[in-house]
Amino acid sequence: MRTVLGLQPPLAGKVRFEEGMTRGELGYLPQQTEIQRDFPASVWEIVLSGCQGRKGFHPFYDASDKRLARENIEKLGIAPLARRCFPELSGGQQQRVLLARALCATRRLLLLDEPVSGLDPRATAEFYELVGRLNRKDGVAVMMISHDVHLALRWSRHILHIGKTCFFGTRDAYRRSDVGRHYLSLQHGEVYE
Amino acid sequence: MSFVEKLAYYLSFPFARNALIVGVLVALCSSLLGVTLVLKRFSFIGDGLSHVAFGGIALAAVLNLTNNLPLVLVVTTLSAVLLLRMGQNAKIKGDAAIAMISVSCLAIGYLLMNVFSTSANISGDVCSTLFGSTSILTLDKTDVWICIVLSAAVVAVFVLCYHKIFAVTFDETFARATGVNAELYNLLIAVVVAVVIVLAMNLVGSLLISALVIFPALSAMRLFRSFLAVTVCSAVLSVCCAVLGMLVSIAAGTPVGSTIVAADLAAFGLCFAAGKVKTAARG
Repeated sequence: MRTVLGLQPPLAGKVRFEEGMTRGELGYLPQQTEIQRDFPASVWEIVLSGCQGRKGFHPFYDASDKRLARENIEKLGIAPLARRCFPELSGGQQQRVLLARALCATRRLLLLDEPVSGLDPRATAEFYELVGRLNRKDGVAVMMISHDVHLALRWSRHILHIGKTCFFGTRDAYRRSDVGRHYLSLQHGEVYE
Repeated sequence: MSFVEKLAYYLSFPFARNALIVGVLVALCSSLLGVTLVLKRFSFIGDGLSHVAFGGIALAAVLNLTNNLPLVLVVTTLSAVLLLRMGQNAKIKGDAAIAMISVSCLAIGYLLMNVFSTSANISGDVCSTLFGSTSILTLDKTDVWICIVLSAAVVAVFVLCYHKIFAVTFDETFARATGVNAELYNLLIAVVVAVVIVLAMNLVGSLLISALVIFPALSAMRLFRSFLAVTVCSAVLSVCCAVLGMLVSIAAGTPVGSTIVAADLAAFGLCFAAGKVKTAARG
C-alpha cells in the first residue's frame, strides 16, 4: 500500500493510474501515530487539512475547501464534535475524523490501513457500516489492509491475499481457492492437514 | 529612584531599546516554531543547533572575523538540514544524532577558543556566548536591522505555510500520500529553526535557547486544545515573558538570558496550575 501511495519506490514494476486518476486524488487512512495521541488540534482543523494536497503552493483554504470539510463532517456524523480536541475523542470517533479527512482528499479511492485495529467490536461494526455506505452511496472505491479474514470476506468484493501463496480474485473465488480454504479453516481453530 | 523612573531612565538609552526590540522579535519567532518542534518530538534540536552556533562563533573568533553572523548562519543551517536528513534514514537516530552533533560542536568550539584565542578573557567570552549575558546590550544598528529583517521573514514564512506546517506536523504520512511536498516543508522548518537560533544566541546565549523554544509551547498546551489557539497563545506568552524578563533584568541588573528563562518557567508553572483547574472544573 505504501507503494501505491508513492511513499516508497516499487520493488519491481510501476504504479499506473488509469481513467484520469492522479496521485493527488487518493484518500488515505493511515495507522495512527504516537504523535497524534497528545496533539492539540481540533476536529475541524484536522478534517480541513485533508484538502491540503490539492492546494499546491496556495497558502490558505478557500470557501470551497471549507464547504467540502463541512459536508464530510456531516456525512460521517461527527458534526457535534467539530470543535472538540482530537486526543479527547474515543478510538471510533478518531477514526471517523481521519476518514472525513481522507474524504476531503478524494472522491474516488480510499485506502485504509488496518482501520479497525484497537477498536472495540461495536465501533468496528459501525466503522465498516460507514465505509460500506460511502462505497454504495457515494461510489468511492475502497482498498483496505486487514488481518481479519472473516470481516474482510464479509465486507469486500475482491480479495488480494499476500503470503507464501498469493491470490487475487472475487470474494467467492477466494472462498473456493486452496489458500482461502486453508486460511479460513485455520481461523476456526481447526488443524488443517 | 522608583522602579518606573529607573526603567524610563534606562530606556532612554538606545542600547536598551535595541535590546527590547530584538528580544521581542526573537521571542516571537522562537515560540511560533516551538509548537511544531515540541509536537514533532524535536525539543532538543534547539539545544543541539545552538551548540553548533557556538562552535561557529568560536570559529569566527579564531578567524578574526568582525561580523560573525553570516558564517554562523551558514554553519547552523547546514547542520539543521543534516540533522533532519539523518532523522529520516539513518543508523544514528534523531535524539542521538542531535546529542552527538551538539556536544562535538561545544567541545570543538571551546577547544578552538582556548587554543587560538587572542582575547585575554577566554572564560568571560565563553560564558557570554553560552549565557548571552551581555551581548544583547551591545547590539549596534546593523545587528538590529538584520534581526528585524530575518524575523519578518520567519514570521512571513510561518504565516504563509501555517496550514502546510500543521498538515506535515500532525500526520506526515498522510500529507505525503496526498501530494503535499513534506520534504520541502521539513527542510523549510529546519532552515527557519537555524535562523531563529542564531538570532536567539544574542538574547539568551546558546545554553538557554531550548527554553525560548519549548516553554511557551508547553505552557500554551496546558491551556488550549486547538493548534491555532496553542500557536497564538504561545506567541503571546513568549513575548510577554521576554519583555518582563528584560525589564526586570535592566532594572535589577540581573543577567538578561537567565531572567527571561526564569520568567518563562514561572509562566509555565501558572499555566500548569490553570490547566489542572480547567480540567477539574470540566469534570
